[in-house]
Amino acid sequence: MKKLLNTVYVTTEGAALKKDGENLVAEVEGAEKARVPLHMLASVVAFGPILISPALIGICAERGITIALLDRIGRFQARIEGPVSGNVLLRRAQYRVADAAEDIVRSIVMGKVANQRAVIRRSLRDYGGEMPAAAREALEAASDRMAMILRRVQLTDATVDEMRGSEGEAANLYFAGFDHLIRSPDAELRWTQRSRRPPLDPINALLSFLYTLLTHDCRSACEAVGLDPAVGFLHRDRPGRPSLALDLMEELRAPLADRLALSLVNRRQLRAADFRQMEGGAVLLTDDARKLVLTAWQERKKEERLHPFLAEKAPFGLVPYLQAQMLARHLRGDIDAYPPWFWS
Amino acid sequence: MLVLVTYDVRTLEDGGKRRLRRVARACEDYGQRVQFSVFEIEVDPAQWAKLKARLEGIIEPAHDSLRYYYLGANWTRRVEHVGAKPATDLNGPLII
Repeated sequence: MKKLLNTVYVTTEGAALKKDGENLVAEVEGAEKARVPLHMLASVVAFGPILISPALIGICAERGITIALLDRIGRFQARIEGPVSGNVLLRRAQYRVADAAEDIVRSIVMGKVANQRAVIRRSLRDYGGEMPAAAREALEAASDRMAMILRRVQLTDATVDEMRGSEGEAANLYFAGFDHLIRSPDAELRWTQRSRRPPLDPINALLSFLYTLLTHDCRSACEAVGLDPAVGFLHRDRPGRPSLALDLMEELRAPLADRLALSLVNRRQLRAADFRQMEGGAVLLTDDARKLVLTAWQERKKEERLHPFLAEKAPFGLVPYLQAQMLARHLRGDIDAYPPWFWS
Repeated sequence: MLVLVTYDVRTLEDGGKRRLRRVARACEDYGQRVQFSVFEIEVDPAQWAKLKARLEGIIEPAHDSLRYYYLGANWTRRVEHVGAKPATDLNGPLII
């Protein structure tokens, strides 16, 4: 199996990244802070004003190491990528299927709803006894409704638009109960509703940040197996939107990003003081908190789980790559359906 | 897998210093220097074959020596560090 390669995150303002032989060298104020052989890297993510030498950009492009440039608060800005990889036949198959992708969309929606439901079930199992009765009942009801939606998606010949509707319905149920999953006593760390661009409260800020990291990984995974990240099935095409990466990400949002956000808040690793409010209402992570989240994210990616379809243990961080590979196999006709990744 | 590479290059005569630099350079390209002539190198078998050929092309077998210690894939339990200059965990979170 493919090895989980590492990602370098550069958050120190004014840091300089250079190539030295076959190494990436990071310097801060002239002092060498890190030296990493390129063969151990999958990507570099730079936050804000970071200097990257042309020689390093060149060799990263050649080696298939992607460089993502985010602004200081973690919003995507640009991405540097080498020549398009992979097979033109695979891409053609992807474009053909994209116009009639009911089966793939069904798999994606089922994976997503099942994993959202698993997050709720997990909280009920672990803390259900300590929850107020009203919260427990609300979560149980949401979980039952989601099970119904799952059956409906699985059994009927729904159109892509109908399945988009089911997905939205499940997402509403899931986020309506999300506040019950938060156990932090901090009054600021509560959930009302999803807000983005900009996130308007701490939990939304945390989710948005984790989703950015996950999108990056999913997009890299599409590129790595030779799929076009812009042509999606569940997400409609829109210029500049990595629709396929977003499709791939749907199954993974709840178990990878939402669960991590909940753990960080519920274990009180993150508190209200770790967020600051900007003018205009946007809420952001502080610099130190961002480092903490990045560390937790990288650690989480190393945790191993059994892959339900491959029946092999794989680290979380490889799941986007494995799912992209599974999708490619399905498009090539090697397997009959795209098997979603179910978290348990 | 992790390979520990150590070397001795004789630098007395002409060209010795150059060989020493080139050996160090080759090791640096693939791994991390943990002590003066000791490198920890994490590679897959293909990468290792390349590096090995490169190293053995540089040295002068009559004067220099290379030693490889193969620590396998589960090497983390087999390596312990005491004292100054601990090695960075290149598989851990890399946040600068």
